[in-house]
Amino acid sequence: MRQLRIDLSRCEAGRGCAEVCEQACASKVFKLDDKRFAALRILQGTDAVICDQCGDCLTICPTEALKRNKLGVVVIDKMLCVGCYLCVGICEKGAFERLEGWLEPYKCTACGICVKACPHAALAVADVPTPAPRII
Amino acid sequence: MTQTSAAPAITPCAVDYTKRTEYLDELAAFRATRKLLKEIPFSPSLPQKGYNDRILHVDLSSLAFQEKPVTRQMKDLFVGGRGFGLWYLWNAVTPATRWNDPENEIIICPGPMSGLTQYPGSGKSLVVALSPQTDIPIDSNVGGYFGPLLKFSGYDAIELQGKADRDVILVIDGQKGIIRVEDGTQAPADAHILAEVLTRTYAEDEADRPNVSVVCAGAAAEHSLIGMLNFTWWDKRRGCVRLKQAGRGGIGTVFRDKRVRALVCRGPVVKGDMNHPVDLETIARAGIRLHQEIRTNDAAQCNMRRAGTAHLVEIMDAYDLLPVHNYQFGSSPEVARIASNVWQARCSQMTVDGCWYGCSMACAKGADGLVLKTGPYKGHMVTVDGPEYENAAGLGSNGGVFDPEAILELNFYCDTYGVCTITYGTLVAFVMECYQRGILDQERTGGLELTWGNWEADLEMLHQMARGEGFGLIAGQGVKKMKEIFIANGWGDPQLIRDIGMEVKGLEYSQYISKESLAQQGGFALTNKGPQHDEAWLIFMDMVNKQIPTFEDKAEALYYFPLFRTWFGLNGFCKLPWNDVEPSDNASTSEPAKVPEHVQNYLDLFCATTGIKIDRETLILQSARVYNFQRVFNIRMGKGLRANDIPPYRSVGPVTREEYESRVERYDKQMLEEIGVDPAGMPVDEKIAITRKHRMDRYAMLCDAVYARRGWTADGVPTMARLKALGLDVLPEVVAVVQAHGG
Repeated sequence: MRQLRIDLSRCEAGRGCAEVCEQACASKVFKLDDKRFAALRILQGTDAVICDQCGDCLTICPTEALKRNKLGVVVIDKMLCVGCYLCVGICEKGAFERLEGWLEPYKCTACGICVKACPHAALAVADVPTPAPRII
Repeated sequence: MTQTSAAPAITPCAVDYTKRTEYLDELAAFRATRKLLKEIPFSPSLPQKGYNDRILHVDLSSLAFQEKPVTRQMKDLFVGGRGFGLWYLWNAVTPATRWNDPENEIIICPGPMSGLTQYPGSGKSLVVALSPQTDIPIDSNVGGYFGPLLKFSGYDAIELQGKADRDVILVIDGQKGIIRVEDGTQAPADAHILAEVLTRTYAEDEADRPNVSVVCAGAAAEHSLIGMLNFTWWDKRRGCVRLKQAGRGGIGTVFRDKRVRALVCRGPVVKGDMNHPVDLETIARAGIRLHQEIRTNDAAQCNMRRAGTAHLVEIMDAYDLLPVHNYQFGSSPEVARIASNVWQARCSQMTVDGCWYGCSMACAKGADGLVLKTGPYKGHMVTVDGPEYENAAGLGSNGGVFDPEAILELNFYCDTYGVCTITYGTLVAFVMECYQRGILDQERTGGLELTWGNWEADLEMLHQMARGEGFGLIAGQGVKKMKEIFIANGWGDPQLIRDIGMEVKGLEYSQYISKESLAQQGGFALTNKGPQHDEAWLIFMDMVNKQIPTFEDKAEALYYFPLFRTWFGLNGFCKLPWNDVEPSDNASTSEPAKVPEHVQNYLDLFCATTGIKIDRETLILQSARVYNFQRVFNIRMGKGLRANDIPPYRSVGPVTREEYESRVERYDKQMLEEIGVDPAGMPVDEKIAITRKHRMDRYAMLCDAVYARRGWTADGVPTMARLKALGLDVLPEVVAVVQAHGG
């Protein structure tokens, strides 16, 4: 499956970088002009909140609105989502985002737009084995 | 990045949860014989601030439909749910009405919060009717999708009155705006087939099935007084219908007496804002906080996500509270056979449970791949709901059944035949003790050898109930009427029969031993509808943690908790997410038993949905109006006074020598320290008599204290001052009942 990864030793967030990865994600993927709404969050270069596509949310979504696409990435089918936010609350990584006024949450789809935007080559999309589903 | 924690050590159940017997022939047969009796259009709507402000009244006798407005006064006085149900029932019946009169109603009302998808436990329906077992109103809180889908189709409640001249299926199609009555004569009788057939028939395609919910009883509801109603939802992963139950008090019997085979609601595709609350963001934040709390705390607290309510089995056993052999004993050396790890392993875990969207507590477990050993479906592979704690205890230990597969089979047949598992468990325990003590024998049971643990005879009695024959017909009358029959036949000592028959007001006890908790004796016997634990569960506060030592303390608990819990039923909430998971710092709060953070959530949810700001006192006031109204309703129907609040002695203390001797150290110590009598050298029968007098005296003093705290007379009648304080004095009929009884 595809997975977005970050090399924090290369990340310059908090050291002069304007977190253009977040800006690119918010504006180009979700058409929002505020980087706080990005589907990845860089925490001052010391940590990051990024969906690793583990799939825990797949086993708890009551409507099967969450599915892996053909690249193994977990995506949300808005037609099926009932806005219960179980995925938001259950995800240990806090990888789901929500915007007031939007009924459905959203998340990183490992699309790679942030990878292209990063001037420090700290982000990458990798192909990794898909983990077995686990009981949540 | 935050690392994923190690997966919990759970061995997934090896059963394939997608496999079960399919009923395609029954589906084809039903479709081939469908016959439309009546069809009318209606205008679907969505609730605003939790209400549609209209309900649907159905006269089954004439197949007439009427939309009725929900008034401001109704909302102010009764809120919704159980409150609306009681109000409609009050207006439908007279003191002379009995359960099988056409005037009796079944009201299904989801409540203004029902249908929220963000907060766990927000999809409940409340069902109200005059009970065939108690002759007073019964209320039942049930999951499944019917209530929310009814609301999202445009009705805050449905009232069923009258009796049809043949079996009918009533379909409310909220997508098309059509109400349809179809002939139900050829429809299958039992719920697991009927609900599957109807869901597949009325859904347009597979994707539409989650939008369809069925309400139905089963064959045994037609031949007993203990019938219940199944409420369904479509389990997408399993690919089958799941059942939840409005169990207590025989509403399924009323349903079949009205010749309703099934109600079907096909609602719109559900989205997260269909209740149109005034402040969805507050609801979303509260819900996400609770999801996170459940994720963090559930495994170490109640483990509801894995074992459901059955996590209680070994806890109840450890505290001498698990009913064994008709509540004689509180624990069993065989408990490990029905403990929660057994059910955890037997239930499918790698799937989604939850009887409405967004319930991260997900206690509605399912045991798949059960191959039935008996009855008309012998050899069929089925999925069983649960078992919940009440079923593991009621169908298990209380009758001495410790075979998990037998408990599952009993659970399955109770559900599909449409009888209440709690009631059935308690009546089987009574019957088995009668058999043990010679009150019953094989001749009197028509050949059924109803010895402790004989699950085959137990199941045969259940099959008889469904077929309407044999001793099953007598058992299906419930404990109260069985007591009358056995005494009238001269089959045993009347006092013993009264003492061991575990019912109050005609309703059987649920599955907890209350002997060592005076507060819980009141928690059961002082209930409005009869001894169900949903009003008050005070055993740990009282017996284990010693938090309410005085009569006044117990009375305060029996004032607050029944009122607080009533509120769930007014709004369409489930009680479980209130205190079956707790915030990590709950123990350090000033009132941990009340779970203050979660109470605040409910206040916030009410305001965020309706726009009406309430505080804790207002919440209790809302409940108190309905609770006292229901008490007056009971009085109006000829019950509801002090004489109707007396428990059977088995729930208060040891009836028999074996019971006394099983806890002899405890009882002797109590006699010495609490009664001031030295038991040394005293015959057991004398010790039993002294203990009995002491305990019943204590119970009478508890009643005095509780009635005073509740604002009732010494006979249990709400006073006029109490009515005025609650604002119920605006209802002249209520005032008249109270004044006629010295209130």
